[in-house]
Amino acid sequence: MMDLLNALLVIILVMNLFSLGTSRILSVIRIVAAQGVLLGIIPLLLRERPGFPELVAAAVAIVLKGIVIPGVMTRALRDAQIKKEVTPLIGLLPSIILGALATTLALLFSNSLAMAPSQGGTLIVPAAFATILVGFIILTTRVKAISQAVGYLVLENGIFIFGLLLVDAMPLVVEMGVLLDLFVGIFVIAIIVKHINRAFSSTDTDRLVSLKE
Amino acid sequence: MIETAIHILLLALFPPLLLGVINKTKAVFAGRVGPPVLQSYLDIAKLLRKGMVLSSTTTWIFVAGPLVTLSAIAGAGLLIPIGAFPAILAFKGDFLLFAYLFALARFFTTSAALDTGSSFEGMGAAREVTFSVLSEPALFFAFLVLARISSSLSLDSMLRVPALGLAVGTTAPLVLIALGFFVVLLAETCRIPVDDPATHLELTMIHEVMVLDHCGPLFGVILYSAALKLFLLGAFFLHLVAPYSTGNPLIDWPLFAAEMLALCVVIGVVESITARLRMRRVPYLLVSAILLCGSAFILLVR
Repeated sequence: MMDLLNALLVIILVMNLFSLGTSRILSVIRIVAAQGVLLGIIPLLLRERPGFPELVAAAVAIVLKGIVIPGVMTRALRDAQIKKEVTPLIGLLPSIILGALATTLALLFSNSLAMAPSQGGTLIVPAAFATILVGFIILTTRVKAISQAVGYLVLENGIFIFGLLLVDAMPLVVEMGVLLDLFVGIFVIAIIVKHINRAFSSTDTDRLVSLKE
Repeated sequence: MIETAIHILLLALFPPLLLGVINKTKAVFAGRVGPPVLQSYLDIAKLLRKGMVLSSTTTWIFVAGPLVTLSAIAGAGLLIPIGAFPAILAFKGDFLLFAYLFALARFFTTSAALDTGSSFEGMGAAREVTFSVLSEPALFFAFLVLARISSSLSLDSMLRVPALGLAVGTTAPLVLIALGFFVVLLAETCRIPVDDPATHLELTMIHEVMVLDHCGPLFGVILYSAALKLFLLGAFFLHLVAPYSTGNPLIDWPLFAAEMLALCVVIGVVESITARLRMRRVPYLLVSAILLCGSAFILLVR
C-alpha cells in the first residue's frame, strides 16, 4: 500500500516537471487534469478500508480537478485562441531544472521535519512541498494569464497533497472550501481571459501594466 | 546449459522480429497494411547476399566499423540477464563493461562515418555523439540506483533484484529510473521523439546519416546490430517494469518473448502518436531523463 502510494506520488512529481517543460498550454492543462485524477485516487489508499469522507474527497477531487476545471480552462483557451506560451520569462529547460532543484530541496528539507511515525516512510510531505514550489515557478515565470491559472491549479494540488496528512483530523470541510475557492477562481480567470483578449487582442499579463484610456 | 543455448539463440534470431513488430504497429496506426512482420529477416538476408561498393577515400576503418559495432553489442548481450534467467557472463563491475561496449560500438560507427570524408556524415556523427553525451549520465544514474538497491556491482544481480522482492521505499526510485531509461532507450535506438528511422531528410536524421555510404553485407550487419541493440535495451527495460517470473522455464521464456513484443507495440504506439522533436529540443528530453534518474538516486539515498 505504502509502495503504491509512493509510486503514485512520484508520478505526480514527474508530471510537475512535464508541466514545466511543455510549451503547449493545452497539453499542460491535460497533464494537470491527469494529476488531479491521480490525486483523487490517493485518499483511497491512505486507509485499509476507505470510509465515507475519503470517498467523498476522492469523488469531488476527481470530478472537479479532472473534468470540470480543465473543461472550463480548455473552453477559455479556445475562446482566446491561444495555443502556446511563446515567451516565458525563463526558458523551458531552465524552468525544468529549477523544478528538479525545487523537488530535490523539498526531499532533503522534509527529512529534517519531525513526522508522525505512520507517515515516516511516505513521500507525502516532500511531494506536497515540491508541487507547491512548482506551482509557484509556473505562476511567476509564465506570461499568459491562462498559464498562470494552471500554476494556481498546480499550487492547489500541492496543498491538497498536504491536506492528506490530516485526513483523519479535520479536513473534508476545509478541503471542500479550498476546492470551491479554486473553482470560483478558475471560473473568474476564464472569464477575465476572454475579456482581456477582447480588449487587448493578447493575454500577456505584462501588457496589463500600462494603463489604457 | 540449455538456458545458455536459448539465450544465444534468442540473441541471434529474435531481434529482427522486433523491428517488424514496430513497423507493423506503425502501419496499423496509419491505416496501412504494412510490410510483413518477418520483413526485416528478408531484408537482412537480401543485403548479405549482395555485392559491396567501397568508396576509394575510405580505409579499413570503414569496413571495421560495422563489424566492431556488431561484436561489441553482441558482447554486451552476454552480460545481460534475459527474463528470469541469469546472464551468461557475470562479474563484479560488469555494468561498466556493458555501458562502454555500447560506447565502443558508437565510437566505431561514428569513426566509420567520418572515414568517408563526407561532411554530411560528419554532421550525423557529431549529432550522435552530442546526444549520447546526454543519455549516458541518465544510464549511469540508473545503474547507481540499481546498484544501491541490490547492493551489488554485477549487472546480473542488479537487474534481477526487482523480481526477488523489494524493500520498502525502493518502488518510487524504480518508477523514476524506468521512465528515464525509456527515454534513453528511445534515444539510443533512434526512435521517434529523438530520431526518425524512416526519413532520409538531411535536416532531421541522426543515425541514418552515418550509415548512408554503407551498402550490401555491411549495411545488413548495421541493420542487425541496431535490432540487437533494441533487443538488449528492451530486455534491460523489462527488468524494471515487468519483473515477473513463474519459476517454470517452459512458461518464462514465452513470457519474456511476449513482454518483449508488447514493449515493441508500445514503442510503435509512441512513434505513431508523437511528433519528432526539433533537433534543438532533443537535449531538453535527454536532460529530463538525467533529472528523472538523478532524482531517483537522491530519493534513494536521502
